[in-house]
Amino acid sequence: MDRRLTKGNIALAEGAIQAHCRYYFGYPITPQNDIPEYLSRNLPKVGGVFIPAESEIASINMVMGAAASGKRAMTSSSGPGISLMQEALSYMAGSDIPCVVVNIMRSGPGLGGIAPTQGDYSQAVHGGGHGDYHSIVLAPASVQEMFDLTIKAFELADTYRNPAMIIADAMIGQFQEPCRLTPREPVVVPDKPWALTGCKGRAPQLLKSLYLADGEQEAHNLVMKQKYDIIRDREVMYETRHLEDAELMIVAFGTPARIAKTAIENLRARGIRAGLLRPISLFPFPVHQVHDFSIRIKKILVVEMNTGQMLRDVQISAHRDSRIFFYGRPGGGVPYPDDIEAQVVAALEEA
Amino acid sequence: MYGDVIMGGFGGQGIQVISQLVVEAAIRKGLEVTYLPSYGVEKRGGRTTVTVVLSDHEIGSPITNHPLCVIAMDVLALDKYQAMVAPGGSLIANTSLIPDEKIERGDISAITIRCNEEALSLGTAKVANMIALGAFLERSPILGFDDIERVMGDVFPERLHAKIPLNLKALIRGMEIAAAVPV
Repeated sequence: MDRRLTKGNIALAEGAIQAHCRYYFGYPITPQNDIPEYLSRNLPKVGGVFIPAESEIASINMVMGAAASGKRAMTSSSGPGISLMQEALSYMAGSDIPCVVVNIMRSGPGLGGIAPTQGDYSQAVHGGGHGDYHSIVLAPASVQEMFDLTIKAFELADTYRNPAMIIADAMIGQFQEPCRLTPREPVVVPDKPWALTGCKGRAPQLLKSLYLADGEQEAHNLVMKQKYDIIRDREVMYETRHLEDAELMIVAFGTPARIAKTAIENLRARGIRAGLLRPISLFPFPVHQVHDFSIRIKKILVVEMNTGQMLRDVQISAHRDSRIFFYGRPGGGVPYPDDIEAQVVAALEEA
Repeated sequence: MYGDVIMGGFGGQGIQVISQLVVEAAIRKGLEVTYLPSYGVEKRGGRTTVTVVLSDHEIGSPITNHPLCVIAMDVLALDKYQAMVAPGGSLIANTSLIPDEKIERGDISAITIRCNEEALSLGTAKVANMIALGAFLERSPILGFDDIERVMGDVFPERLHAKIPLNLKALIRGMEIAAAVPV
């Protein structure tokens, strides 16, 4: 299989094209500018539409319009830009409109910095916008996953008629690895009989998130809940490494998971049996997997590039007797393998 | 099989080119590679830093704080990365722009080359980066001269293809100099 040296952001953008996304709307912000730059050049070549919008709010509402017509549409941004999009994301979740939104995170709060960080986990996984909804959230940890999970995000969004987000840190967005830039399986765009395509010859259709009649909103919320339960049941993605005999389980996603893999190899060379559980889907979170491994592996070290956001999901998932340790590097700090090794050793030394 | 290298200097010294050559050569050999250029704010300061990891296994961390090799093309890169070199590792220092007395580590193999002068003696200072890359190849158990030669035509833009023989000469010169330094 032909693999070409590819930048993470470019792999993601090419993945969108290969996923038959033909509508991109966006407003520039570092560290994700490679995505619109690439799509501005390459979307028109496949008959697609690239619009540099006047703001992030305009971008996401253009996505809503394109997606409501049944087309695959996306936007990408970072931290502050994603915050501006939350209202429309909530509207799309409430109206069952599929879309893909990419957040190449920058440190915050506020305008923050552009170094690698994972400070937007809670925003992506536990809300962001108002109302009782979830976005599907995927977290790539390699350039190849930037490509593959973008295609997956469009598939999941369409299957469940729900917004899907990809959150990645600037390291994953901007470093380069060999990457296969062809889909693993042929991409199929499903029929969308619900789409607003003009009602000539058929009954009018409506996509809306306004339910004022007695009990109507509650019924809608309960249908959405059923959808989320099916997603939780079927769509969990994760990777494990060396958990068979591990005395400590590291839980990490994105760049910290990559760095943890090296730390684990180094630790094992010293006879210290650490392993890794890497959530690939953050919603749905691998709740049962964390729980089941934590029955046997008593100590868990959560490593994140923030002050402890996924930590809460691990605490909820793990067995009640688990000892959970946390190592966080917020604001653009990136751990070296040594740093994680020291945390593992310290955790194992504690009684 | 595992190797990593941090290359540092300022923009225009050709660090991007030699790191691209290393990465493409490794991919051509079927190896796993991560290539982390300096990005963001650093990009604007005129500094160039690249971290390359090569392995025949899956690569975990794309960053390291004890690289097996550092190529320092100027004094700022030396100041920042000399202390990081893994004990027993290699430091390739461009002493055209680094005072010799700055090379302080006794527990590593330090290859000091006046890259700019060596390049000038071949006709142009532009191949100073290739002198340094030659020294890297001489020490690398993973990549050799042939591997780089094979990918030069792909990495260099068409308009520079006439310059490939000169670049190969500079590579060989760098290898010769490094070969004379005790490991």
